[in-house]
This record gives sequence, structure tokens and C-alpha cells, in this order.
Amino acid sequence: MSGHELAGLVGAVVAGVYLAAVLGRPWPAGRTACWLGGVAAAVVGAPLTGHGDLRLHVVGHLLLGMFAPLLLVRAAPVTLALRTLPVVRARRLAGVLRSGPVRLVGHPVVAALLDVGGLWVMFRTGLHAAADPAVHALVAVHMLSAGTLFAAALVSPDPAPHRARLGLRAAVLVAAVAAHDVLAKTLYATPPPGIPAEQARAGAELLYYGGLPVELALMVLLGAEWWARDRRAGLRPARAAGSS
Amino acid sequence: MAGTTGTDRAVTRRAGRRNALAGVLLGLGAVAFVDETVFHQLLHWHHFYDRASSAAGLVSDGIFHAFSWFATVAALFLLAALRRDREVRPLRVVGGALAGGGAFQLYDGLVQHKLLGLHQIRYVPDVLVYDVVWNVLAAVLLVVGLVLLARTRRA
Repeated sequence: MSGHELAGLVGAVVAGVYLAAVLGRPWPAGRTACWLGGVAAAVVGAPLTGHGDLRLHVVGHLLLGMFAPLLLVRAAPVTLALRTLPVVRARRLAGVLRSGPVRLVGHPVVAALLDVGGLWVMFRTGLHAAADPAVHALVAVHMLSAGTLFAAALVSPDPAPHRARLGLRAAVLVAAVAAHDVLAKTLYATPPPGIPAEQARAGAELLYYGGLPVELALMVLLGAEWWARDRRAGLRPARAAGSS
Repeated sequence: MAGTTGTDRAVTRRAGRRNALAGVLLGLGAVAFVDETVFHQLLHWHHFYDRASSAAGLVSDGIFHAFSWFATVAALFLLAALRRDREVRPLRVVGGALAGGGAFQLYDGLVQHKLLGLHQIRYVPDVLVYDVVWNVLAAVLLVVGLVLLARTRRA
């Protein structure tokens, strides 16, 4: 089975499970659209991450590691699971999400290190061009899961009893975006082993500018969260209760 | 109703600070926008990467790029909140923007260009002319901005 076929099959199953859970219950259509969009981005992106051409590899990274995670997280899959699962299993899921290890990897700083750090390691060790398909599969799985952890730590609509403060999440986002930009420029300056300079430059610029839509969306979602909180608290706490 | 006027004064102070902050962040975003469109895309004085860039230069570029986008988004949310609360004070926002943009440009022109030598305005022999124009312009923006901020301190 080729990488495309495997990605398509997994994607069809994952999309089907979500649709089956949504069926017959009130659920915002936007969330379903996010899920389907996220699955599509991952299915298209995953096989590209194994490509030897840096430009195609970068397109794969953008789709699988940035666009797909943001869309999947905004589809609120945990909320859907908690509503759909039988009570005992829903409680078990909630317990797992509250557990120490999940809280650790779900912390914005840890998630950012796993995500952007993994990208640095991959390019600088030549892992992105490894010949072994098993290595490609592992790289793709890490890209999607680390990206999803990162997006979830910053802008998840799912219940998160230990969510980090907004200021910390904003600082982590700026640092992660900066690290992503610096990586792109160093790829331009010093191509990874075995990549021709022309290809490295095009790939680097694609990485730098192509990630911007996701980075801006993350910033706007953090801003929207601040806005909602500020509307409740307001500049004028004494009058707000009476006037609105 | 002494309590109410006390609250009003606190609200006015907070609104004043928020107007200034929105302006400063907007100013930083505007400087980054001018750098990208005018110096990179139109004049081609600056490049995505050039051999003169040191590692420190790349890192400072990356942080500036990331933070200026964040500053722009944050400024727009602050302005939206001020509009919602009918507390926009345009002159104070403009003052903040000039002060923020001028301060960053001056920092860029003196510390990054000259002290650290991270990058130059343009790679020509007589860069001094460019430096003088750049820094004087920055200082003027900063002073005008600070004066506006001082004069709009009270609503």
C-alpha cells in the first residue's frame, strides 16, 4: 500500500467516526467543516512530507503540521467525544486528559518545544530525506501530533481544567513563530545536506511565508479569547452589570 | 456618589493607558509593514537573506517579524474593545503610534545598525547619509508622539 493510499484510508476512517458521532445531535456545522478540512489537509500533506524535494516537503509540513492541527483542534473533538461516549468511558477519557503526563505535554512551552524543536532536529539531521519509509511514517506522525498538541495548548475550544494563562500562551506563540522564521532563514543560508541551493531557497521562502496564515489565525483566536473575557470584565466593572 | 466618581476616574485612567498601548503596538506593526513593503518589495534594499546577515541578525529579524504581526493583531483587538466601550481617543492613539514607531526605528537605527552592526539600511559606500536621515526622522516621530501622549493624558 502506498503512502497516499494509507493516508486516504486513515483519513476516511477518522472523518467517518466524527460524522457518525455528530449524526443526530445538535452540533455547530462550522466544527464539522473544520474537522473535514483538517483531515483533508493531513491526507494531502502526509505523503508529501516524505518527498526528497524540499519544496514539496515544506508544503507537506505546512499542511500536515500547521493547517491540519489548527483545523482539527477547532473542531472540538474532545467535547464531541465526551458527549458521545457512554458515561464510564467518557469519565475515563476525562481522567486521562487530566493526568500528569498529558498535562505536561499539553503545557504551551513543552508543546512548542516538541513542535518547533522537532522541526529543527528533522532538518538539521537530514531526517526529512531519510530513505526508510518507516522513518517517514514516524516523522509524519510526530509532525501531526506535535502540531496538534501545540494548537490545543494555545487555542483549544475543548474543556481544559489547567489551561495556561493567556499572556503565557501569547508569549509562547510569538517565540514559536520567531523560531519558525529563523529556521526558514537558516535553511536559506545553509541548505540541509543533499539539497541544491536553488531548491533550498524556494523551500525556505515557502516555509517562512506559507506558515503565516496559520500563525495569524492563532493570534486572532487568542485575541478573540481576550476580547470575550474583556467584554465580561470590561473597563467599567461597576456599570457593566447595569448597562448590558 | 463619591464611589462612582472614583470608579469613573479609574476607568478613564485605564482607557487612557489602553489608547496609548493600542497606538504603540500599531506603530510597531506599521514600521514592520513599511520595512516589508517599501524596503524589501519595492526598493529591494533589504533581502530575505543576504550574506552579511549574522546569526544574531537572523534571530533579531525573526523575533521582530513574529512580534510585529502579534502587535498588529493585538492593537486591532484593543481598538475594537475601545470602540465597543466608546473610549477611543484618536489623538492619543496617533501619539502612541508615532512614539512606538519612532522609538523602534531609533533603536533599529542606533543599536541594531551601528552598535551591533546586524544590518544596514542600504548596502552603499556613503551609508552615513541614510543613517542621519533615518535617525533624525525617527527622533522627530518619537518626540512628536511623546508630546501628543503627554497632551492627551487627560480625556
